[in-house]
Amino acid sequence: MDPFLLEALLNGVLLGGVFALPALGLNLVFGVVDVVWLCYAELVMIGMYAVWFLYTQAGWPLALACAACLPIVAGLGLALHWLVVRPLLTAPPINQVLATGGVLFVLQGAATLVFKTDFRSLGVDMPPMELGDVFISGTKLIAFCAALVGAACLWAFLKFTYVGTAIRAIARDREVMPLMGVDPKRIYLIASGVGGTLAGLAACLLVVQLDVHPFVGLSFGPITFMICVMGGLGNMLGGFIAAFMMGLIISIGGFYGSTELSYVIAFGFFILMMFIRPQGLFAR
Amino acid sequence: MSRPLPFAIALAALATIPLFGPPDYVLHLLITATLTAIAGTGWAMMGRFGLVSFGHGAFFGAGAYTMALLWNHLGVSPWLGIPAGIIVAVLAGVMLGWPCFRLRVVGHYFALVTLAAGEIVRLLVTAMREETGGSLGMTPNRVPLDHGFWAMQFSKAGFWWLVLGCWVLALAVWWLLDRSMSSKALAAIAEDEDAAASIGIRVTREKLKVTVLSVALAALAGALTAQYRMYLSPESVSGLGISLQIVFGAIAGGMYAPLGPTIGAVLTIGLDESLRVFFGTELTGAAPFFYGILLVMFMLFLPRGIAGLLERKLR
Repeated sequence: MDPFLLEALLNGVLLGGVFALPALGLNLVFGVVDVVWLCYAELVMIGMYAVWFLYTQAGWPLALACAACLPIVAGLGLALHWLVVRPLLTAPPINQVLATGGVLFVLQGAATLVFKTDFRSLGVDMPPMELGDVFISGTKLIAFCAALVGAACLWAFLKFTYVGTAIRAIARDREVMPLMGVDPKRIYLIASGVGGTLAGLAACLLVVQLDVHPFVGLSFGPITFMICVMGGLGNMLGGFIAAFMMGLIISIGGFYGSTELSYVIAFGFFILMMFIRPQGLFAR
Repeated sequence: MSRPLPFAIALAALATIPLFGPPDYVLHLLITATLTAIAGTGWAMMGRFGLVSFGHGAFFGAGAYTMALLWNHLGVSPWLGIPAGIIVAVLAGVMLGWPCFRLRVVGHYFALVTLAAGEIVRLLVTAMREETGGSLGMTPNRVPLDHGFWAMQFSKAGFWWLVLGCWVLALAVWWLLDRSMSSKALAAIAEDEDAAASIGIRVTREKLKVTVLSVALAALAGALTAQYRMYLSPESVSGLGISLQIVFGAIAGGMYAPLGPTIGAVLTIGLDESLRVFFGTELTGAAPFFYGILLVMFMLFLPRGIAGLLERKLR
């Protein structure tokens, strides 16, 4: 096999792992609260700025900066739910989506006001690893492993804790669960907090690979939505597989053609999937 | 539109503005606001029936790029290029809309499919670097001013009349749609698709009709905007950013009243300019920041927009 193609394949898998995390967070919020956070990628962007600021400006160690990033973004997620989504829970879906679209503008504007439009980079890079003929970027590999660990933690939380069970139950039937003594408002808030935490984790993984600027969210936001929907609501495994598929499409498309065309194929694939399997790739 | 006489008088007053020799800047603002109003009016035609599109930037861009490419590469006049752009956009809209409506992709899912379509157009334009100049954008070839008519390159006054005419056209389309059975059918569909289908409303056909009208207006606005600015780039005429801007104007003004999107356009352009005047170009983030806050506020407290508020006051 052509080592360059193999490298593209591996990079696709690594890219998929990084896409998976924000898609899972979005999936959780969409599945539980039934509201699309159009500004999800912008929450990640704020997290990236937080890590960048704490690490390069405040001089914190990188690990500490990343650890601080999680509660910051989780707090943003809670605030978003409390201030914007909660009053609109009974409003038509259009109004909910547009309100979170407004938050997208607010976050982009705020980032531009505070940090200007310059591209900021952490300036950390790890030496590439060599596997036979194939080189893999060390940062990408670490980000991938962290994404897997994050997803595993989420899975364990949803599977084995009481609150996690309640979250899954609410996602399945939001009419019956309140009768069983679960307070949906509280569950919504918790899900938003967890969704925010995942955005924070995604920010830590992305900031080592991408330069951060106020519009960076637009570069991976749309693809995150598509993965989230393609995987199927509430289906974590489906989300992961969808993320890998998208990662592979983009990476291999980029190998044979250009980056833009590979994204065109990925988005086209999404539209096609919406027509064929609107409930997600692995819906029963 | 329900009272033709005041409307005609107001229109005549607007048309005479250039005769008083206003500063170029005032005309520039009026033209920009009216162009935004045309796109917003087109968007609101779908939006008010629950067909929320985040991909109108795609059609805006398709109109603009078709026109500009025909002019620069084949020398086809924008007078023909704009209808061609509208046809391209409508074809794209039908290609996207038909399977969506047929397979009942609705609500959030419809919004996400249109979002993907908008991104596809932006990426395709960027990828076709040879022809479109990629992300650097392109400028339509200029001609000497006395040959400007064929090339649709006029003074600001000429553009104002052209744009005003298109705006009246957009309102007329809205008015005709509102009086037709289609608008009743669409209202029923928006309320409950199954129930509408069960009483014999052809859901797919009615949705396609309004999509064609809406997309055509977006393409018209896109082509005129590019022609007026004499510059177009993937980011400035297509993609999620411009789609959300179109949506914002329509929502803020109110998407349920014919003049709502126009009010919204005046508000957005006014806000944009006053922020620029007061804060200067230093604070480039201020405009989106305030837009966003206003958009959230509108959704929380005034989901029918300013026009909705006025209607309630008048009643």
